[in-house]
Amino acid sequence: MAASPTPPALSPRDWSAHPDPLYPGYKSTLLRGPKKPLLPIKQALADMAAPVYGADDLGPLDHDLTRNCIKNGEPLGERIVVTGRVSDEDGRPVKNTLVEIWQANAAGRYVHKADQHNAPLDPNFLGAGRCMTDADGRYRFLSIKPGAYPWGNHPNAWRPNHIHLSLFGEYFASRLVTQMYFPGDPLLPLDPMYMGAPEKSRDLMVSRFSLDVTEPDFALGYVFDIVLRGPLATRFEQELVRK
Amino acid sequence: MRQLLQTPSQTVGPFFAYGLTPTQYAYDFKSLFTPVLAQPQVSGEHIVITGQVIDGAGNTIHDAIVEISHADAAGQFVRTPADVASSGFTGFGRCGTGTFAAHHYVFNTVKPGPVADGQAPYVTVCITARGMLVHNFTRIYFDDEATANAKDPVLSSVPAERRATLIAKREVTGSGVVYRFDIRMQGDDETVFFDC
Repeated sequence: MAASPTPPALSPRDWSAHPDPLYPGYKSTLLRGPKKPLLPIKQALADMAAPVYGADDLGPLDHDLTRNCIKNGEPLGERIVVTGRVSDEDGRPVKNTLVEIWQANAAGRYVHKADQHNAPLDPNFLGAGRCMTDADGRYRFLSIKPGAYPWGNHPNAWRPNHIHLSLFGEYFASRLVTQMYFPGDPLLPLDPMYMGAPEKSRDLMVSRFSLDVTEPDFALGYVFDIVLRGPLATRFEQELVRK
Repeated sequence: MRQLLQTPSQTVGPFFAYGLTPTQYAYDFKSLFTPVLAQPQVSGEHIVITGQVIDGAGNTIHDAIVEISHADAAGQFVRTPADVASSGFTGFGRCGTGTFAAHHYVFNTVKPGPVADGQAPYVTVCITARGMLVHNFTRIYFDDEATANAKDPVLSSVPAERRATLIAKREVTGSGVVYRFDIRMQGDDETVFFDC
């Protein structure tokens, strides 16, 4: 038996920024969201270290969805750069952390075998990628702008264009699964997943078009910054949480 | 007061498999994390942890993703890729519920040791799925650790009538030791989920 290093106390999950796990507009939540209150764990007792991985685990094209699964040509659609910075709530960079993404193709069709939407698959596009953040917390993907697609939540329901993201940050407790949306999408106010997030925070899921990130003659640039829970800043705050 | 708001959580959706668990679902992309935490040479008792994720109507969820993290048999957490390379123990596993019979998740691992005096062995679990706008954390304890469980500070903090939802049941089968742990999202026996 050996005691692990005491993990730092993290700021709590900010329930004013996250969706209600039971959101009637998104029907599947009604049987799948917990109904009883979550119970607290004293943070000093919760070892919540992130999974271990290294840059060696990633392939050289894992970040480039326009090339990481080509079979007989290039994927169809509008090439995009998606980049941003992962930080904690104080703006400190979350460095060397894994960002995993997956998305539909330009026609709004997922490779997943369960997706039966009548739109074409693209033999040269898988729609999955991953990369590590750099020392400043920055990540960068090349991809194809995902299409909108219909779903069965309610009559004539369509998901806005979006990219799914999964992160751990430095701790299992800072885990985040989210979606990145695109600016100006008319489907956003009609989408129960997007609208399920509180009004004050939902815009944080909308990326920003950037001409600086746009690569001339190649790809449009979008910036999407991500904020995770991080260690509390001061010893005083740490002590408060440990009690 | 923090300067920045946390990015809101969203559902993993129904189509995560080719991105997060591609090898398990036979997509042409290598999984970074698998349902196998321990290679055969890892010391400790080799076990399977398996169960189903069950919704409020009693139906099994076929598009959930379950992630587990725990210490090794000596109570040590994996800290670096070098630890993984030298021991064969990853300390972390990920499994979708869409490839095994009856929508089970199945992990191959070793039974963890206690990480500190006075604590019972446990596994940290994260569950998310279509229909979950926020992921859920819970813990697995082991039913053959009754003495340690009775003293464990986290388990003791759970109301007595709900503790059983956190305890996996040990079975010795022809192929080895299996712990069964079902995750119930709702109902009278809803699994305890933690805000941690």
